[in-house]
Amino acid sequence: MLRLPRPGQATLLKLSYRGGPGMVAWAFHRISGVAIWLFILLHVLDIWLAQANPSLYNDVLQIYASPAGRVGETLLGAALLYHALNGLRIILMDFWPRLTLYHRQMWAAAWAIFVVVGLPVAYVILKPIWGG
Amino acid sequence: MSARYSIVGRPRPVGADRVELAIWYLMRLTGLALFVLALSHFIITHVLFDPANQTADWIDTHRWANGLWRTVDGSMLVLVVFHSFVGVRTVLQDYVGGRARTILVALLAVVGVVLAGMGLWAVLSAAAPMP
Repeated sequence: MLRLPRPGQATLLKLSYRGGPGMVAWAFHRISGVAIWLFILLHVLDIWLAQANPSLYNDVLQIYASPAGRVGETLLGAALLYHALNGLRIILMDFWPRLTLYHRQMWAAAWAIFVVVGLPVAYVILKPIWGG
Repeated sequence: MSARYSIVGRPRPVGADRVELAIWYLMRLTGLALFVLALSHFIITHVLFDPANQTADWIDTHRWANGLWRTVDGSMLVLVVFHSFVGVRTVLQDYVGGRARTILVALLAVVGVVLAGMGLWAVLSAAAPMP
């Protein structure tokens, strides 16, 4: 386990990372959130095009269905799933503060669900790239 | 075992600012709704159906042929615009200060209104009549 120095205590390695899993969970939540927001900008534009200019929308759809598009959608799905699972973890700790004692275990559980749910979904999205 | 608070969530605002407290609760409430709505939306559009087949015509004749689905999608849009506005506003408040923050948050609000307007227009102008 990571041992945090007490305030004022001298540390040997001044540059060592002392954030711990809570800090990483927070950073990932923020990065995935901003990434999803950027996609929302694109996504509202494309669904607007579906009504405003259907033929242009169909062209955009071909980009989404391309191999590069599918890799992007897999990354988007990963950001969405992480943000959703970690968001649920935050909500649970906000309303049942005693759960913060187990914030590491809850983060591990979030990653377990992420892998179990995410891998089959990623397979389905990426399958057409190799003609599946 | 020592109790150590995780620093993932934003602390609940205390004091007289009732608007910020309401935003704190709404962020969690919309988050819960989007947990269901956004994840199921992703599964529907990427697992049950393939993006290659979801043409503009398919949206009109299948996905949005039913007014209930357009209501669900319209609600999800409003929720995601609110949730992402508050989220990015929090990021701006953490990294930008002073006048720049005021300007950027105002711009962000304009982006949110434009997104909600474009998205709701698309939902409402689809071919099938609303319920």
